[in-house]
Amino acid sequence: MLKKIYYFYKDGFANMKLGKRLWVLILLKVFILFAVVKYFFFPNILEENFSTDTQRSNYILQQLTEGR
Amino acid sequence: MEHLDPSLVNWSRAQFALTALYHWIFVPLTLGLTFLVAIMESIYVRTGDIWWKKTTKFWMGLLAINFAIGLATGIIMEFEFGTNWSNYSWIVGDIFGAPLAIEGLMAFFMESTFFAIMFFGWEKVSKRTHLLSTWLVAIGSNLSALWILVANGWMQHPVGTHFNSDTARNEMTNFWEILFNPNAYTKFLHTISSGYVLAALFVISISSWYLLKRRDMQFAKRSIMVAASFGLIVSLFNLTTGDDSARQDALHQPMKLAAMEGLYDGKTNAPIVAFGILNPKKKYNNDEDEFLFSFEIPDGLSLLGFHSFDAYVPGIKQLINGDKEYGIMSVQEKLDKGKIAVTSLGEYKKAKKEHDTDKATMALKTFEEHSKYLGYGYLKSPEDVIPNVPLTFYAFHAMVTFGLWFIVLFMVILYLTMTNELKEKRWFLKLALWSLPLGYLAQESGWIVAEVGRQPWAIQDMLPVGMATSQISSGSVMITFWLFAVLFTALLIAEVKIMTKQIKIGPEEA
Repeated sequence: MLKKIYYFYKDGFANMKLGKRLWVLILLKVFILFAVVKYFFFPNILEENFSTDTQRSNYILQQLTEGR
Repeated sequence: MEHLDPSLVNWSRAQFALTALYHWIFVPLTLGLTFLVAIMESIYVRTGDIWWKKTTKFWMGLLAINFAIGLATGIIMEFEFGTNWSNYSWIVGDIFGAPLAIEGLMAFFMESTFFAIMFFGWEKVSKRTHLLSTWLVAIGSNLSALWILVANGWMQHPVGTHFNSDTARNEMTNFWEILFNPNAYTKFLHTISSGYVLAALFVISISSWYLLKRRDMQFAKRSIMVAASFGLIVSLFNLTTGDDSARQDALHQPMKLAAMEGLYDGKTNAPIVAFGILNPKKKYNNDEDEFLFSFEIPDGLSLLGFHSFDAYVPGIKQLINGDKEYGIMSVQEKLDKGKIAVTSLGEYKKAKKEHDTDKATMALKTFEEHSKYLGYGYLKSPEDVIPNVPLTFYAFHAMVTFGLWFIVLFMVILYLTMTNELKEKRWFLKLALWSLPLGYLAQESGWIVAEVGRQPWAIQDMLPVGMATSQISSGSVMITFWLFAVLFTALLIAEVKIMTKQIKIGPEEA
């Protein structure tokens, strides 16, 4: 069964015409998005600056109650 | 919000709008084209006519291009939540987390399994298994949209949750209330049906091009017949879901409805503006006329908003100043209650830190009594709750005008196809060809109405956009704005180039 599934996908990819170009485009795009855009430009602010949920809650509560 | 950098909020909003609008170029076509392809394949399986197989495979190819290029453009919005909108992300809590997790899992399993069978399985599985996979791709893609729109519906009308004052997060109290939030399901139905309309326009537009070029005529006529029939049915459905959406706005976001119609002064038997030019000098507190010119349908807005000819529709003025006769609270009153909510939340936090249980209990009680108005506590003046009226008004009227034109287009095309006159009406084919950009404009206009019309709220009445943003420099948001503008434009150019190449090759070679 697993062998059948493997060959189904393998043959499918091997026989693609237009699809190959699309896959290159998808992989390039995913690489740019995750390895460049996410890594260099989009840190998760709360994850990076605080180590626990309690700290994150306190920070947000501070923003909500003491102004910015 | 006194120390907030306004350019940070504006750039964060602009970046999110750019990402969402570009993402929405790809999504609706996928939502609709999957169904059209499934219908065409059903005809092939039923008739055994090899021409329908070729037709199905051609449109499936274009679907693949659109899917591949649009894939992962939505993930950027999740990046933005964590970086630019971290306050919002935290406060929203598991309301977004649960639906998005379901969406992610469903999309992954549906798409990796049934997409593969749909594209690779033509000669490997039985006709019926293949057809089933195609239908499951269509249903699965549309169900993916459900969860996103449930989350969006909650932002427009937050229900089924409770704000936890200790964690500063919203907690789900009733999953079903969130899922069956009227704002969510009307939005879902209106959004997916508008995607079906766009897909029908897409097929008609490209098929019209073939007819104008006098090539692949049989293929084009068959495609047009299916697309126009589908388009007409879903357009009429779209009209009813649009009516439901307007009703939801009337009930839960009356300011949005007032902005959509440029209604400054409320009235019973309120007319709807079929066409109008807003008076730029008009403010909610002056006596200028609302329009420089307008053509109105009597009682139309009362009917649209409340399904009654003589219903009262409040205008921007009444929504700001309040109107006791109709039970409308003034925004100043809401601002005062909001300030009490903010202060009592602060007192609760302080008392808890000092282990003063009595004081904490009292502060929490006061907060719970006023928490409904929390968001108003961060606004400076009542006028802050007025969205951009011209943008909302013109976007709404563009969407409705185009939507009505599509109904006429589908009806005329069906008639001309059935009387076998379509290929001779070259002017009409050109009109059909150029209606596709209008379909995209209608799509984007719809989202502008939904999102600009509910400003200043990130979460209605609970969190204004100014409080939802992170404390980061506006410069970094500006840089990534332009980065995305370039990246998305490149993707759009790639989409158009690959698609036009494939269209020129035609159904025979494809």
